[in-house]
Amino acid sequence: MVTPRHAVGAHYGLRDWLVQRVTAVVMALYALLLAAIALVNGGIGYELWRALFAHGGFKIASFLTMVALLWHAWVGAREIFMDYVKPTGLRLMLQTTTIALLVAYLGWTIQILWGGK
Amino acid sequence: MPSLDRPAAKPRPVYLDLPRIRMPIPSVVSFLHRVTGALMLLFGIPLLLYAVSASLASRESWGALEAALAHPLAKLLLIAAAWAFLHHLCAGIRHLLLDVQVGVELAPARRSSVVVFVVSLALTLVVGMKLW
Repeated sequence: MVTPRHAVGAHYGLRDWLVQRVTAVVMALYALLLAAIALVNGGIGYELWRALFAHGGFKIASFLTMVALLWHAWVGAREIFMDYVKPTGLRLMLQTTTIALLVAYLGWTIQILWGGK
Repeated sequence: MPSLDRPAAKPRPVYLDLPRIRMPIPSVVSFLHRVTGALMLLFGIPLLLYAVSASLASRESWGALEAALAHPLAKLLLIAAAWAFLHHLCAGIRHLLLDVQVGVELAPARRSSVVVFVVSLALTLVVGMKLW
């Protein structure tokens, strides 16, 4: 009896491919927002910068962009490790370190955005 | 029947031997896409977070950051960072276009790689002139 063979997997490939593009668009939009704010105000000084980061909506947008950036970085790093780092142990170590670092960066981001005096 | 000569299962995963790969222009763009991405992950994210944190802490730390970034070496680093970001952005946009089947043929793909280089370097030049 022939069992039909399905080309299925963990779907990391498709998900990562999509994540990489969606997160890229999120970052591009945030960059455009910043550029527009700078353009309208003729540059960004300390007062405006502080006012921006005091605004709840801007905090959320910044947070979402950081999540997009860190997730994007993870997908890229994982791809590079898979291509060039052959020993499984070393790869596992690099991947674990990267995840720990990225999660720590997210903590730092939250501290900056909501830990203000 | 060439298919019969082929082994049933190819050894996977395939690892890339970088020094033995000949790189035409699209793959140089692709390679630099990875290099700039890795550099921004390693140095860009922590420096960015540090800078944003310092810029918001107080007027004094904003001023100190401004003074530090006015140093010629800091400006060179900023220009390098701008190039890395702009190359990564342009190569990324090229990728999105390729995804929707724009410029997938060999000749347009080569042309768009040149465009990525030209546009990202030109924009880096603009940033450099703004800084100096």
